[in-house]
Amino acid sequence: METDTERGLKERLESICKGVRWDVVRMIGLAGSGHPGGSLSCVEILVCLYFYKMRHRPSDPQWPERDRFVLSKGHAAPTLYSVLARAGYFPREELWKLRRLGSMLQGHPDMKRTPGVDLSTGSLGQGLSAACGMALGLRIQRNPARVYALIGDGESQEGGIWEAAMLAGHHRLTNLVAFTDYNSLQIDGPCCEIVSLGDISAKWRSFGWEVYEVDGHDVLEICRTLDLADNASSPTMIIAHTVKGKGVSFMENSVEFHGKAPTREEMERALREIEES
Amino acid sequence: MIPDKGTRHTRDAYAEALLELGEKDHRIVVMDADLAKSTQTERFKERFPERFIDCGVAEQNLMATAAGLAATGKIVFASSFAMFATGRAYDQVRNTIAYSCLNVKICASHGGITVGEDGSSHQALEDVALMRLIPGMKVVVPADYYEAREAVKTAAYVDGPFYIRLGRPKFPVLFDEGYRFQLGKALLLRPGKDVTILACGIMVYNSLVAADILAREGVEAEVLNVHTIKPLDEEAILASAAKTGRVVTCEDHSVLGGLGGAVAELLSEKLPVPLKRVGIQDRFGVSGGVEELMEHFGLTPEHVAEAARSLLRRSL
Repeated sequence: METDTERGLKERLESICKGVRWDVVRMIGLAGSGHPGGSLSCVEILVCLYFYKMRHRPSDPQWPERDRFVLSKGHAAPTLYSVLARAGYFPREELWKLRRLGSMLQGHPDMKRTPGVDLSTGSLGQGLSAACGMALGLRIQRNPARVYALIGDGESQEGGIWEAAMLAGHHRLTNLVAFTDYNSLQIDGPCCEIVSLGDISAKWRSFGWEVYEVDGHDVLEICRTLDLADNASSPTMIIAHTVKGKGVSFMENSVEFHGKAPTREEMERALREIEES
Repeated sequence: MIPDKGTRHTRDAYAEALLELGEKDHRIVVMDADLAKSTQTERFKERFPERFIDCGVAEQNLMATAAGLAATGKIVFASSFAMFATGRAYDQVRNTIAYSCLNVKICASHGGITVGEDGSSHQALEDVALMRLIPGMKVVVPADYYEAREAVKTAAYVDGPFYIRLGRPKFPVLFDEGYRFQLGKALLLRPGKDVTILACGIMVYNSLVAADILAREGVEAEVLNVHTIKPLDEEAILASAAKTGRVVTCEDHSVLGGLGGAVAELLSEKLPVPLKRVGIQDRFGVSGGVEELMEHFGLTPEHVAEAARSLLRRSL
């Protein structure tokens, strides 16, 4: 059951998601390269974080008490950039310079170049470890800020993810909340055919994490789960079941659009679809 | 003659510098990967348990976690054996620490062939080369206890990533309490005019012994302690090379990419003079005692002296 407030929240967040999807398709289309599939699958997650959950100040990106976000699956950078621009970290015009020489928006997130990016990522399997480091650092400082991270399902094949899982569980990092963008596809095909993740929830639980499974495109479910995680007695993993390429019919569940930009014609078609949705 | 000041572990120097740093600066955090007894970070753990994190046998996680800690304003010292800190975790060091110029100081012990009996898998012979390739990384190979201690204290307050290579065995002591470490400044230990010997780490002592041998043969060798491999003291090296016209490099490391490699790059571009690189000749290590291995791989004072003689013969 949705309350009136929730209905208002849902409308607000979904409207931002629609805008972010439009940005993402246009950014990658204009850049002529990038990763549309895994960028579109995590739109709701990032929008709920930056426009609902996280305490942050776009006018003061280095605010010491801000909640942190680590995009461990760094190839979804366009989604992060659009969200940061819409939150007010930098002008939206910057988005159209993605991946160009001299742009503040690199192919993968760069904390030294882009206001609002808390950690440089791109090489998979490292961001979650760094998020653990942040959570440990904040805990040592008695800083109440929290750390959020997003990993990919394909990325979960990296051993480093499980090294981080073990460390966070051991230290009971209650200030750490991670999402898995479970869109079920990786570059070479379906994850279950390449190297299956098996019972992913059981895996995280066995490492000492509190685990939730959500529909990764249901903003209210994501928000409610994020609220639950505030009171966790261990690190939290939210397995978000998503659709790769979500929101653009010919990109949905397509392996091809993992790392391929739309042509100009495809881009125009995708933008129209998003506008009419 | 070199005064006998005994031998001491560079790892002990590391531990003592950490205690001093930790006492006065609450931002200092120390991390290890299940080698705290060997790297000596255990002593920091005993004094400041709340600022010590052991990642277990997980060096990749060690480095990426260190990056996250540094991103919250900590000055992080991360330790393991040189092999694993630089080899296993190279991607993490490059992409997550160094690319964003984060304040992680990698202090790795057990560098070089002088690891001894553990053999090839634990003898890092390419760690200096790997770290030197990364933009912005500072690379220091201390020659003794005091130099190691002061280098560690310096590293804490030089912004950005730093690599310090420590040894397993005790190194002969060359300096004393008052030693002042200057990052990027080669230290003239013995002036000479016939040949320049550039050395780092444990090979500094061997180079001084080699200079004594050469002196008895009427050859005046100039010995420089090039503790900082990056940034390299180009000025001092070029000045000495211009004076003597011959250069020998000495390191307990592959002749590719470390001190010898760096000096070869410098001289071939700016002052091509005959060069001989004493070090491991593009081979893997083997098990053995430290002295035996120094002999086997050609790192003794006599080998250094012979390298110098070969250059002198060449120019006759």
